Parts: sequence; C-alpha cells; structure tokens
Amino acid sequence: MDLSFGPEHERFREEVREFLAEHWPAGDGGPPPGAGQEASFRALAIERGYVYRRIPRRYGGSEQPADPLREDILRREFFAAGAPLGIPGVGPAMLVPTLLEHGSEEQREEFVAPTLRGEIRWCQGYSEPGSGSDLASLQTRAEPDGDEWVVNGHKIWTSSAHLADWMFGLFRTEPGEPRHAGISYLLLPMRQPGVEVRPLRQMTGTAEFNEVFFDDARTPLRNIVGRRGQGWKVSRTTLVHERNMIGDPARVQNLFSDLVELARGARLGGRPALEDGGVRRRLVELEGYVRAQQYSGYRQLSATAHGREDRTRLPTLMNKLYTTELVKRLLEFGYDLIDSDESLAAPDENDARARLARSANYPGGWTTQYLYAHGASIAGGSPNIQRNIIGERGLGLPRDLRQTP
Amino acid sequence: MDFGLSEEQELLQETLRDFVARECPPARVRERFEADGAHDPALWSAMAEVGLCGLCLPEDCGGAQLELLDLALAAEVLGEGGVPGPFLGHALAGLALLHAGSEEQRWRWLPRLASGEAIGSVALAEPDSAWEPERWAARLLEGRVGGAKRLVPHAAVADLIVVGLAGGGMALVERGAEGLSVEPFAGVDGTRDLAGLCLDAVPAEALPGGSEAWPRLRDAGLVLLAADSFGSAWKLIRDTIDYLGTRRQFGTPLVQFQSVKHQLADLATELEPARSLYWYAAHAFDHIPAEAERSAALAKAHITDRALHVAREVLELHGGIGFTWECDVHLWYKRAMWNRAFLGGPDHHRERCARLAGW
Ligand SMILES: Cc1cc2nc3c(=O)[nH]c(=O)nc-3n(C[C@H](O)[C@H](O)[C@H](O)COP(=O)(O)OP(=O)(O)OC[C@H]3O[C@@H](n4cnc5c(N)ncnc54)[C@H](O)[C@@H]3O)c2cc1C
Repeated sequence: MDLSFGPEHERFREEVREFLAEHWPAGDGGPPPGAGQEASFRALAIERGYVYRRIPRRYGGSEQPADPLREDILRREFFAAGAPLGIPGVGPAMLVPTLLEHGSEEQREEFVAPTLRGEIRWCQGYSEPGSGSDLASLQTRAEPDGDEWVVNGHKIWTSSAHLADWMFGLFRTEPGEPRHAGISYLLLPMRQPGVEVRPLRQMTGTAEFNEVFFDDARTPLRNIVGRRGQGWKVSRTTLVHERNMIGDPARVQNLFSDLVELARGARLGGRPALEDGGVRRRLVELEGYVRAQQYSGYRQLSATAHGREDRTRLPTLMNKLYTTELVKRLLEFGYDLIDSDESLAAPDENDARARLARSANYPGGWTTQYLYAHGASIAGGSPNIQRNIIGERGLGLPRDLRQTP
Repeated sequence: MDFGLSEEQELLQETLRDFVARECPPARVRERFEADGAHDPALWSAMAEVGLCGLCLPEDCGGAQLELLDLALAAEVLGEGGVPGPFLGHALAGLALLHAGSEEQRWRWLPRLASGEAIGSVALAEPDSAWEPERWAARLLEGRVGGAKRLVPHAAVADLIVVGLAGGGMALVERGAEGLSVEPFAGVDGTRDLAGLCLDAVPAEALPGGSEAWPRLRDAGLVLLAADSFGSAWKLIRDTIDYLGTRRQFGTPLVQFQSVKHQLADLATELEPARSLYWYAAHAFDHIPAEAERSAALAKAHITDRALHVAREVLELHGGIGFTWECDVHLWYKRAMWNRAFLGGPDHHRERCARLAGW
C-alpha cells in the first residue's frame, strides 16, 4: 500500500497548478471569464493534454494514454481553481463517449469536435411521462420516411432542452419487437418546427428541465447510433458515464469543509455551534461517511490504475446511492445549523451560483442546495433503482417479482 | 498510489479464511460461547501454528514482522469467523512490549508471545469507563503495582498482563503474582472473556517506554476492533442473504421481496466503503504518523457503530428465529457490542476526533 502519488505524478500536479495560476483568468477571485477567454483557455488546456484526454486528437481531444492518477489530479486541481475541465454538460460527458464507442466515422466527424468546443449543445431525451424508472417501456416513435426519421411523442424532465441544439435519445423504431429490442438511439436537431419545448418549473423555483413534444419532427436516417433496435445497448454506455458523473467525491469533501466552517460561524445558545457536544459528534459521525467515501475512492482509483477493477466492482456499484444519500445528510445538517429565520427565506431564483456552486457557504446557499440535492438523487436512476442494482448485481439477490419480460 | 492490498495480503486473508473454516466453524464458536471460558487451548495452538500470535512481532523473535494493516486484515477474518479467545489482548501486549519494553524484556517475552506459548493481555479500563491514563489511578511504587482494573480480556489465562498506569506508564505483571486477584466478569460476548483485576502491591516491572508507547497501543487497539467489527458485520449480511434465500413465505423465498433486498442493499452500502476507513487508519499507523491517532479513532467510532446497526437490523430480518438463543446471529451481535464498547464507545472517540481537528 502506498498513498503517495510518486514523484512523477507530483511533478505533474505542480505543472498543472502552475498552468492554472498562469492561464485560468478567474484564479485569485478575479471576475468570471468571458466566453472568448474560456475558449482560449480550453484550447490551451487541450494542447497541454489536460482536457478531453481519452478523445483522439482528430476529433478535438488531447489523446493521452489512460492514466487514472493524472485524471484524478486534474479533476482535483481544476476543481480547486474553479476552472472548467472542458465544456460541462451531457454532450461531452455522455454523448461523446457513446459516439466514440458506437458511432459511425461520419457521426464522430460531424459531432464530436463541435460538441467539445461547446458549439453544439445537447440534451438527453430518455424519460417520458409513462416511462421513467421503467425506461424500456418508452413510447415516443420514430418511423422511417424517405431518407428521414419522423418522430412523434413526448419526452419529459429533459434538462437544458431549452438551451440545446440537438437531442440524443431513445425512440421506439420497431413497434413489433419486444420492449428492449424495439428501441433505437437517435440524434435529432431541436430547432425545427416539429419540436416544442415547454419549461417545467422545479420546486427550486427555477426551470432547468423541460417537456419536449414531437409532432412530425425530423432527422436524417443516418443519425442513428448503432443499428436499428440496438438503442438500449448503446444507451448503457451513456448511463455508466452519468453515474460516474454524479458520484464525484471532490464535491462531498468540499461540502463537508463548508459544513465545518458553517458550524464554526453559527451560534447555538449564545455560543459557537462548534463548541456544542452534540454538534461536534454529529459532524464527526458525518465525517466517518465522508472519509469512507474518499478512501473508497482511492481504492477504486488504484484498482483502475492497476487494471484490477474486478476487485472494486461492489463499491463502484454503490457510489451513486452512497454519494447522493451522504450529500443529502450533509445538507440536512447544514440546514439545521443555519439561522432558523434564514431557513424560511425562499431560495433566490436568480442564484446561478447554486447550480454551479462548489461551495454552499454563501447566503442562501444552504437552502438552495438542500432543495437541489433531490435532483441529483432522482436523476440517473432513483435511490430505489440503485438499491435494486446493488442488491441484484452486487449481492446476487434475485430480480424483482414483476409482470413485464 | 496503490491503495489496495498486495498479493501477499490477499493471500494472508485467503489462508486465514480457510483456516477459520476448518478449525473454527460456527459450531465451535457456539461451543466456546456457551462454555465457561472462551479460551480453547487447542484452537489457540492451531492459531499459533499459522502465525497468528506474532504477526507484527520481529522476525528474530519468531514473528512475521508485518505491519498493523496485516494484523488488521487478520482481525477482520477473525471477526468474520467469530473466533473466540485472547487474540486481541495478546496482540496488544506484544505491541506494548515491542514499543515500550527494554531490550532484555523483549528478548524474555516476545519469542514466547510470538509462538503462542505465553498468552498476553492488557489491563486498561478503570471504573466509570475510564479508558485513558489521565483518569487512571493504578500506580507502580518500588516495584509493586496497586490499583483496580476492569474489563481485562482473558485475564484468567494470561501469562503476562500489561497494566496501564496513572498518567501514562505501563507495567508488566505475571500470572499468579502475589497480591493479584482475578474476578471474572459476566460479559455479554461469550467469545472474549473479561475480568476485573485487584492489584494489591503486586510485584511488577515497568516498561521503560510506557508513556510514549501508550498512544500507539491505543491506536492499534482501535484499528483492530474496527477491523473485527467490519468482518463480523459482513458475515452477518452474508448469512442473512443465505438464510432468506432458503426461508419461504407467501410461496417464495423471502429474499425475493424487494423491501428485504433494499434493506440488505442499504446495510451493505453503508458498510462496504468503510472497509477503506480501517485500511487507511492501519496504513497511517505505520506510514502517516500525523494522521494515525485521528484516523484510528474515526475508524473505530464509525465502523463499530455501523456493525452494531447491521447486527440489530439483520436480527429482525431473521424473524422469530433471530430472537432465539439457538440462532447464531446473537453471537456476532454481541461481538459487535463488545467491539463497540471496548477501549471506549463511539461518542468518546468522536469527541476526541473533534478535539484533534482543533474544533
Ligand atoms: C433534476 C432532474 C433532471 C433530469 N434530467 C433528465 C434528462 O436530462 N433526461 C432524461 O431523460 N431524464 C431526466 N430526468 C429524469 C429521471 O431520469 C427520472 O426522473 C428518473 O429516472 C425516475 O423516473 P420517474 O421520474 O418517472 O419516476 P418513477 O419511475 O415514476 O418512480 C417514482 C418512484 O418510484 C420508485 N420506483 C420506481 N420503480 C421502482 C421499482 N422497480 N422498485 C422500487 N421502487 C421503484 C422510484 O424510486 C421513485 O421513488 C431528470 C430528473 C431530475 C429529477
């Protein structure tokens, strides 16, 4: 067992820090950079091999050899500096890996580079009103007509659909086939007459997800990823990426430090809350969970670095549930600690920081994040679905009793 | 970066699992649990033979000279097996001698401890759950120790007892020493005996490095208890999965019910990542001195708490049989109780963690 990153990786960390200090314009609490500045920063970071590491150069990536330790260093250092590690969102994180694995050469050429530059923005069209956890029951149809697919139906909870240029999604193309075998993975332009996006206001007050209605919407036949009826299989790649995206440990450690600071500043019975025995014990109890997750992350990271993922299959399946439950618990404690008058204030709908926040420690931050935490918990497979996955794939328990095949 | 077990460490656990399955199946655990004393000389010599009595002791004393992580990996397997006997106190007595003993004391005792020929133990607690030297009253004066100790593991069979002294030091007391009386304590866990000691001017010798070594001894103990509890809790989860896979109600094995599956998934999810918590604390003990104390306290508080929670939940998942003496669940349940309380409960260690963080 060796917890040091070794001299080579420590040199790399130094190099990354210097790079960020020199080139990230918003370091030192400067003003947020403009789009142009971000783009040139990104180009430089790609050039250096820091961003889009697993993506070939010819598609706009930096094509670096797989090195989970370097990737971990980059995630942490960029996170600490508040610098984006590439364009955020489902396009680069989910669609691009899917295209690299299952897409045609033409699709990769057409979509990957502009997606990585932020020129094409994506939304994910999976869920429907009648099909959430039971995604394979989805009904939105796509039928071939000449050289186009014609799409009719209704997607829901589609994050960022109001901002997106394209949708990647699952559509029923083979109505006669059994559930899973009737689904295809299609790419569809959002800005066309047959697509209507209606914002859905969330309980947070903001509207970041939407309903999307298709009324003879069209997309060229070539915009199918994989073959007809293979969409379910293709979408599995993306789901894996989504779960990994949600289970990021750096976020939890940050939140915990915020919580300690909150307890230091908050007052309880006229004294700093941090002096209260109950508060202290509850904090350390939560820290037990936080550190367990952190070290379990090291364990998974080293297993990956040594090609021994088989050793950490079980904790890896647990990441999403463990993290979202822990984040909720941390925020519940934060919510208890903030002044009770303040806890009655409505979250500020214009608080863009709440969405991007790396820290909950600013006025309104705790309440907003307390509410937002449900989003991450439900999206990408709700807690009960995670429990099924852990139970069935991790503990070898039988599948649920159910009617559907 | 390699936060994983080496091949040797994996092999160590595998070998010990085979050993436990062969030498100490649940029937033998129960036999000792129900017997008058948990110590089983035949089992102890078998343990000595596979090297369990001297894992961390120096090679030239007949030990394996491994690190605390290796010892903790062994403790995990012993927890899984519910293995009865003096392993914990013995391991701690060995570490006390190793870290605090004089050259001569080490040579006199370590080979005998490593071979298992002599059994060691530690006498720490005093009334009112006093687990720290600042609250102890036992004193060594002119070669004689006086005081009262509680919750001493396997005191009746120990050849050598390391006695914690007021303010920090440690003294060695030998079996049958004049003025030493051992009062059996009716403990909840039948796999690890406890006793009180009355020390009335008992001849004893000081361990010269006693005060400096105390924190090491405590931290090692905390890590081993965490590891044992981790193993015990996983064993309970696995057994429960097996049992509910065979027990049928409503025409189907109970494990088929989703609420049961989800309960098991939650218990496993709260437990499994905590494995790394005890690994980390054990690793820090030997390699990251600045974090050794706090990470040991955190691991002990967190894991022993989780483990007892697991035990309480799975007991009910067994239904009526779970509430019987005849069902094995309570053996591991009570082991989890013991681990949680020994060396101080979770609240105590959480408060220490808070202080150590400067909160
Ligand atoms: C913030 C947010 C963003 C999202 N973004 C997107 C997006 O961009 N694109 C997209 O396609 N979707 C998105 N979703 C949708 C998300 O994937 C679904 O909400 C989720 O999969 C649950 O489906 P549902 O809402 O239909 O709930 P349902 O499936 O109706 O579930 C309701 C409740 O029943 C439980 N349940 C369901 N099935 C079972 C079962 N078999 N056993 C036990 N309990 C069960 C669930 O755990 C849940 O608590 C988003 C959701 C949220 C909250």
